[in-house]
Amino acid sequence: MNMFIEQLLNGVAVGAIYALITLGLALVYGVLRILHVAHAAIYTAGAYVGLFVYRATGSIPLATLAAMAVCGVLGILIERAVYSPLLKYPPYVPLISSIAMFLGFQELFRLLAGPYIIAFNARLPLSDAFIGHVRISAPILIIYVTSTLVLIALWLLLYRTEIGLAIRATSQDRAIASTMGMDARSLISLTFFIGSAVAAIAGILVGMHYNQVYPTMGTVPAYKSLALIVVGGLGSLPGAVFASLLLGVLETLLIGYANVPLPRDSLAFIAMIAVLLWRPQGLFGRKGGR
Amino acid sequence: MNYLVTVAIFIGIQAIAANGLNVIVGYAGQISLGHAAFFGIGAYASALLTTKAGMTFWQALPFVLLITGSIGLLLGMPSLRLREDFLAVTTIGINFIVESIFQYIPFFGGALGISNIPSIRLFGTRLRGWPFLGVVAFFLLLSLLANRKFTKSCAGLACFAIREEETAAASMGVSPVRFKLLAFVIGTAMAGIAGALYAHTMRFIAATDFGFPHSVNFMSMVVLGGIGTLWGPTLGAIILGLLPEIFRPLIQYRMLINALILLLMIRFQPGGILGGSSVLARLFRRRPSHG
Repeated sequence: MNMFIEQLLNGVAVGAIYALITLGLALVYGVLRILHVAHAAIYTAGAYVGLFVYRATGSIPLATLAAMAVCGVLGILIERAVYSPLLKYPPYVPLISSIAMFLGFQELFRLLAGPYIIAFNARLPLSDAFIGHVRISAPILIIYVTSTLVLIALWLLLYRTEIGLAIRATSQDRAIASTMGMDARSLISLTFFIGSAVAAIAGILVGMHYNQVYPTMGTVPAYKSLALIVVGGLGSLPGAVFASLLLGVLETLLIGYANVPLPRDSLAFIAMIAVLLWRPQGLFGRKGGR
Repeated sequence: MNYLVTVAIFIGIQAIAANGLNVIVGYAGQISLGHAAFFGIGAYASALLTTKAGMTFWQALPFVLLITGSIGLLLGMPSLRLREDFLAVTTIGINFIVESIFQYIPFFGGALGISNIPSIRLFGTRLRGWPFLGVVAFFLLLSLLANRKFTKSCAGLACFAIREEETAAASMGVSPVRFKLLAFVIGTAMAGIAGALYAHTMRFIAATDFGFPHSVNFMSMVVLGGIGTLWGPTLGAIILGLLPEIFRPLIQYRMLINALILLLMIRFQPGGILGGSSVLARLFRRRPSHG
């Protein structure tokens, strides 16, 4: 039973990481209607920047802030230089540009930091926690605390401030939001900054949790998070979080307890196709809402 | 010389698959990022039929077409319900699932793949080098002819109509269902032939040969050359096939260069080299080819 609870807690932690990555993707999809595959490259960049700053300064908060800043700016650059000029073309054009950027960044990381796995040995200010006989390891505890804080902060920002209202209005209908006096361009850049900064946090958490940072660490999240925003309903933030947590738990439990002949990473896509056949607009998507 | 022939054979095979993708993406306007899956299904079908059922390449070919075409029909179904972004992600998903089926189900050789695939024989002699290049060129020509015929036929016109404005086409009595599925069947069958040729050239295949990065590669060829143009995908396959050979001293940077070329092309010339608005197209085109 303890084993089961530990597995479950593990699954929720995996899901929380997915949620942090997927949220950025859902935010970007909301304002630009672009499948931002290169988001996973930003996540990897976050892990690298975090790692190097931590090595130089020995401070995790500083490393996190630096990674958030670098990734946020990187996100804005991608949006300004590539996505915005491509909005007038059919959706496959920005999508392909995004995939090209993702592959290019991966190569850049390989050339700059080397093709090997670098250990992320962080000394955490926490020790393992025990609830009864159930042990929660320190990295998982950090994932819980951080992702809860980030989710609350995002929720407050998006649903309790005027800026958040403006971002949500822009993602509902950019033209009308603009005519109501909202500066769509700045709001879109701000959205990229927020999404990318959150991805940087996810990158650092994953780097610390698995104690490794490597150039292709974004490959699996890149495509899995696509499946997740589709399952959640494209652009739906609660949907993205819900789908991520659900997948994290399901994956961990299925691999732990059922003898599934397929690899963990294709489960997300099988689930996605099953959901799409049943609800083509995703779990939380509105019918015909585009 | 042998080396050049080998490079040409691979370029030809990839061009056939890219031509198939062009039918789906360029003509019918259905985004597909899972084309390598069908390339793989053709390769595995031909490899299994020749190694396990004892057929020759030529005997297996009709079955390969039938198998890839019907799986293409089946997996084309989502395109009827899903639009653009949903479809793109679904086709990526199909690619990952097909790859993992090849990798994890023992019938398909599992992680070891399938080895000892026989070479293609014609009139009792094994085809290698130049003669094999001839066979590849023959199928490439066939795929180009099929594409030309397709764009000129009623089916092609119907597809263009659906691509431009599906609702209007449907209200004019053009059935999106029939023609979208037709495009998927033709496109995936071409990928199947290319996959079969690939299997018999390599004589060894494994699941990773057909992963998502290869789908991106096919898509890059189509985009680079010119989406929806007759010669574009072939030109794209030639350029992307020759680049690694030309840049051999820069082998470290090969993937980066490929990604940069694709990014710059799609950023500044989304229609591709031969696309409607490009300089080259205006120079070479004497009369409008279609739509």
